[in-house]
Amino acid sequence: MDIKEIKSKFPIFSNKVKGKKLVYLDSANSSQKPKVVIDRISNFYSKEFSNVGRSMHSLAVTATNRFEETRDLIKNFINAKFREEIIFTKNATEGINLIATTYGEKFIQDKDEIIITELEHHANYVPWHFLRKRKGAVIKFAECDKQGEVSIDSIKKLITSKTKLIAVTHVSNVTGTILPLSKIIDLAKTKKIPVLIDGCQGAPHLKLDVQKLDCDFYVMSCHKMYGPTGVGVLYAKKKWLEELPPYQGGGGMIDEVKKDDISFPESPTKFEAGTLQTAEIVGFAESIRFIENIGIKKITQHEKEITEYGLEKLKKNNSVSIIGDPKERGAIISFTIKGIHPHDIATILDDDGVAIRAGHHCCQILHDKMGIPATARASLGIYNSKEDIDILNESINKCNKVFNN
Amino acid sequence: MDLKELYQEIILDHGKNPRNKKKCNGFNKDAKGNNPLCGDKVHVFLKLNGEKKVEDISFEGEGCAISIASASIMTEIIKGKDFNLAKNILESFINMLKEGSKPRINSLSDNENTTIMSLSGVKQFPMRVKCATLAWHTFLHAAEDNKKVVNTEK
Repeated sequence: MDIKEIKSKFPIFSNKVKGKKLVYLDSANSSQKPKVVIDRISNFYSKEFSNVGRSMHSLAVTATNRFEETRDLIKNFINAKFREEIIFTKNATEGINLIATTYGEKFIQDKDEIIITELEHHANYVPWHFLRKRKGAVIKFAECDKQGEVSIDSIKKLITSKTKLIAVTHVSNVTGTILPLSKIIDLAKTKKIPVLIDGCQGAPHLKLDVQKLDCDFYVMSCHKMYGPTGVGVLYAKKKWLEELPPYQGGGGMIDEVKKDDISFPESPTKFEAGTLQTAEIVGFAESIRFIENIGIKKITQHEKEITEYGLEKLKKNNSVSIIGDPKERGAIISFTIKGIHPHDIATILDDDGVAIRAGHHCCQILHDKMGIPATARASLGIYNSKEDIDILNESINKCNKVFNN
Repeated sequence: MDLKELYQEIILDHGKNPRNKKKCNGFNKDAKGNNPLCGDKVHVFLKLNGEKKVEDISFEGEGCAISIASASIMTEIIKGKDFNLAKNILESFINMLKEGSKPRINSLSDNENTTIMSLSGVKQFPMRVKCATLAWHTFLHAAEDNKKVVNTEK
C-alpha cells in the first residue's frame, strides 16, 4: 500500500508542527480527515444545503436524499439487515446513553444486573452508573488479567438470572485488546441476554458484520473513522427499536400531537429528535467511501504490520514498558517510561511533532487495576508508516536525555 | 518554545527528589486537588499556628515532573512564612504563569527567587500551566478551610 499517497489525501499533514513534520499517533482519540470529506461538507453547504425531511422545495429533497444515502452506506458498511436499524447520534457516547436510558426505562428494575468489563471507557460505564442511581441496577465488572485479556469465563461467572445486559468494548482504547465478541455473544444468547458493543476502536479498523456477529446494539463515533465530529451511529436490532420508547423529544420524531397525547413514528425517526448534524452526516458518506476505496481488510492488515513493528521496536527499548500483552491487538500501544511521567513524555514528544495522548484515557478503572495513574498512548490510523514509529522511538530516547536517565 | 527552559535542572531535581513529600507532623489543615483530565492528584498538609504563620507544610500525590516539582518548591518556599506573605507569593507565581511577568519578590531571598523563577518556562506550554498551579490552589483551600476538592477544570 502506498502510504505516502494516502497521507497526501489528508491536508493536515502538509502543515508543520513546531517546524517539524507531523507524526500523528492519536487516532484512537480522533482521526484526521481526508480532503474529500472536508470538501464534501463545504460543497454541500455551498450547493445543496437545506434542512432534511421537512420542507417540500427542491433543495430539501436533494438534502434529504444525500442525508439518507449515508444511512444506506452505513447499513452496507456494517451489513445491517434493515436501514431502519441505523440511528444517527452525536457520538458513540450518546448511542450508549440512548440505550441506557430507553432500555433502562423499560427493562431494568431494582437489583437487575448489568455486566461490563474493567477495560471499559467511561462512556460505557457512566451511563450505566446513572441507571444504578436511578433504578437500583447493579453493575458487575468482568475482570481483565495482566495481559489485558477478558476471558469468557470471567464474564460467564458473573451471569445470573438477574443479568439484563452485557455491555463490552470491541477493542480496548488502552491495551488494544480485541475482545472475543463472538464467544461473548454466543454465551449471552444461550441465556437470552442482549449485548451492546462499544465499537469506537473497532469500527475504524476491523471488518464488521453485525448480522454475523448477532449483537443487539453496536455504537460508533464517526470522528474516529476519518469522518466529521458531531456524528455517531447506533446500530440496534429492529425488534429492540420497535420496543424501546423514544429517547429525546422534539420536532421530527412525532407521529401525531394532540393536547392530551402524542404518538410516535417508527425507527429511525422515533429516535432522531430535532435537526441533526446534516452536513456532517452527508460528509460522513465520503469517509465510508474513502475507507471502502482502500478496503477495510487492507486497513486492518496495514495497521497490524505497523503495530507489530512498533511493539518490536519499543520492546527493544529498555526504558519502555508496554501496557498489556493481548493475543489479539488493535492498532494501539500504551506504554510508560521508567522515571518519566506520561505528561512529560507527551510534552517532549510534541517538541518533535509527535502527537500522542497521555493520561488515563477515560479508563480510570483499568488504570487503578494496573496500579498506574497514567500511561502514554500511541494509536494508529491508515496514514501511519514505519517511519512514524522510528521517529516515535527516537523521541522516546530524547525523553531519557531530557530527564538525564 | 524550548524544552530546556521547561525542564530546568532545578525542576528535574525537585521532580525526582521532591522535598516535604509526606504527611507532616501535627498538621491542622489539609486539602485535596485533582486534575480530572489527566488523573493528577495532590493532597496538601498544613500546620498554621495562632499567628497565621505556616509552621510546616507538606504534600502527597501523583503527577508529572512539573506538578511534583511545583508542589515541592511551594512547600520549601512557603514553610516558615506568614500566611499573608504566602498568599502574595502565590499571586505572583500565578501571574508569572498566566501573564509571563517575572517579578522579583522582595521578601524572598535570591535563592528562593531563582527557585520559583525556574517554573516560568511553563508559561510557554499552556497545556501544562494547570500542572504547575494545582498544588498552589490546593494550599489556599487548605489554609482557608475550603473543604471543596480543587478541580483544575472548574
